[in-house]
Amino acid sequence: MNEKYAVPAVALVVVATVFVGAFGLRISRTTSDFYVASRTVGPRLNAAAISGEYLSAASFLGIAGLVLVQGPDMLWYPVGYTAGYLVLLLFVAAPLRRSGAYTLPDFAEARLASKTVRRLAGAFVVGVGWLYLLPQLQGAGLTLNVLTDAPQWLGGVIVAVVVAATVAAGGMRSITFVQAFQYWLKLTALLVPALFLVLAWQGDGAPRHAFDEPASFREQRVVRVDATLDLKLAEPLTVTVSGTVDGRRHDDARIDLPTGTHRVERGTRLTFTEGDPVPVADRGSNGGMSTSLAEGREERPLYATYGLILATFLGTMGLPHVVVRFYTSPHGVAARRTTVVVLGLIGAFYLLPPVYGALGRLYAPELTLTGDADAAVLLLPDRMIGGLGGDLLGALVAGGAFAAFLSTASGLTLAVAGVLTQDVLPARGVRHFRLGTVLAMAVPLAASVLVGGLPVADAVGLAFAVSASSFCPLLVLGIWWRRLTPPGAAAGMLAGGGAALLAVAATMAGYPGTGAFHALLAWPALWSVPLGFLTMVLVSLATPSRVPAETPAILARFHLPEELVGGQPGAASKEIELWRR
Amino acid sequence: MPQDPTERRVVVTGVPRRTLPHSRLRSGGRYPHRLGHHRPRTEIDEQTTLGHTYVRSLMRSQLRAALVVFAVLVLLVAPLPLVFAAMPDGAGLEWAVLGFGIYPPLVLLARWHVRRAERNEQDLVRLVEDR
Repeated sequence: MNEKYAVPAVALVVVATVFVGAFGLRISRTTSDFYVASRTVGPRLNAAAISGEYLSAASFLGIAGLVLVQGPDMLWYPVGYTAGYLVLLLFVAAPLRRSGAYTLPDFAEARLASKTVRRLAGAFVVGVGWLYLLPQLQGAGLTLNVLTDAPQWLGGVIVAVVVAATVAAGGMRSITFVQAFQYWLKLTALLVPALFLVLAWQGDGAPRHAFDEPASFREQRVVRVDATLDLKLAEPLTVTVSGTVDGRRHDDARIDLPTGTHRVERGTRLTFTEGDPVPVADRGSNGGMSTSLAEGREERPLYATYGLILATFLGTMGLPHVVVRFYTSPHGVAARRTTVVVLGLIGAFYLLPPVYGALGRLYAPELTLTGDADAAVLLLPDRMIGGLGGDLLGALVAGGAFAAFLSTASGLTLAVAGVLTQDVLPARGVRHFRLGTVLAMAVPLAASVLVGGLPVADAVGLAFAVSASSFCPLLVLGIWWRRLTPPGAAAGMLAGGGAALLAVAATMAGYPGTGAFHALLAWPALWSVPLGFLTMVLVSLATPSRVPAETPAILARFHLPEELVGGQPGAASKEIELWRR
Repeated sequence: MPQDPTERRVVVTGVPRRTLPHSRLRSGGRYPHRLGHHRPRTEIDEQTTLGHTYVRSLMRSQLRAALVVFAVLVLLVAPLPLVFAAMPDGAGLEWAVLGFGIYPPLVLLARWHVRRAERNEQDLVRLVEDR
């Protein structure tokens, strides 16, 4: 890929982000501006900002990569990311806005009047936020690496510095403008190249075997294997090898590989000819999360699919950066209408990644072997169009990808920094918020530099599972059920979210190799979400004396339209005081 | 709390506004962030039994609206993986449905729910205001 245009494009996005953020800085003066843009953001701007924030590296790069490697089952990811907003709209949007709380811990405290539940919710916000920030930074590293051969950590560091600076300087107000701007940037950056790619595909005679299983090579293609892998062959294959296969060195020799599994050492170059089926790579031997998740999927595809559906449908409402956005709506009705616009905007965006995934199966099938499938979106313009046009389109895609990292990382950093400032650092105020921002970004940055190698969309999927098992029960029961008690909420979050978190950690550490148990751990949502709900309900029913006395007043505040509840729609505790007067 | 209660204090003078935010939204799409005072809704304000009944009935109707849409969503989505798995060449259908076909129903469901939820709220407002 030509870096002549891509590097200026990325630089332009970064500079534009800082510039738009600085524009917000000029009008962001008070603490309220800082956190919630003074609750004056209209639904169109807010919807574009929510969408811009939500469409992360996983959406921009990850989905196409997953579809390329694992086929159309992976399209459940974008469907789930979108449907999650419908579920959020149904059960949470308007009451959450009317609660007047700013973060999930604020909500927990306002609803249950318990410092303990507040701290627990804060811990989960930080956990989910960090789990979600990690793939953004790694995606940035990958993008820069593909574009310029810069070291993997550099992209992450650039994103971390820009985001921490924008958030610390401008807070929510500037973020709103930045996010809205970046939604349209991201949509353009995928849409325009996609149109040209589809034209190129038609000019190529519109080959349709993208949907065939398995994918096959359309032309002679040299594949360099970056990490040792086991090739599974369903039928014998003749391939030209430079390097080590099955422990034997070959030097540009044409060899016949019989059906079965073959070990290919790293650094080996395989030359496939036209029409060869793309062999299935198995990285089980060298760990890594995508392997373990993919294996769980291979063994129990239906279980994995339903687990994915449940996690994404219910997890969206608990994502810290999504929830914060709802407090910037002026009132509950606007919050609802905003959500409908968001559904339309992200639905429109998600029509595009599958196009890249399908074209990737046609024109870059070897990415399944090199382990860089997340780079499919970046490589396709060069591969299919080439020349100056391909370079320019590639630069546009690269800029959009960076917009994706920047916007999602900003929102997450803001949410995590908000929790750190309010619940961890000794004093509040803008200066401590800035310190919180640096802390919020430093930990995932260190982790991404040290750990490395998580596939982008899968890591995000795990964050969804944890969120669905902890915050979804808290929000849904907190808004609709009068008998929720603080012990019940704490126990439910710990049981559901804690179990999901442990399962995720065990999977990432590669703990159980195979079998049904492994699938259970790799896709925890299907059992951890019911566990969270059930624990919350049962413990609440067992502690009826602990139902907070203000519950009726608080629920009235959540559900009554604003015109029936006079007074300033301010922070939740203030509202409760108003109620009691 | 991040919200500073001393900010954005608004002095309300003159006759109370009678336009409801819903009707205003529908007509112009402008969003008033401060809502005018209406006639005192003593039952709700003083948390009488009647006030609680209002809130409970609103919660029930809103929850029913949400659950109906949720049920439609579940019926729409839940059978899909089984259908794709059962069909001999389900891949093409899977591409069509998940890549494109499922998004319009999601948006339509959302719009339907918003309309129902706003109507429920307006019904309550009308009931309380016109007593």
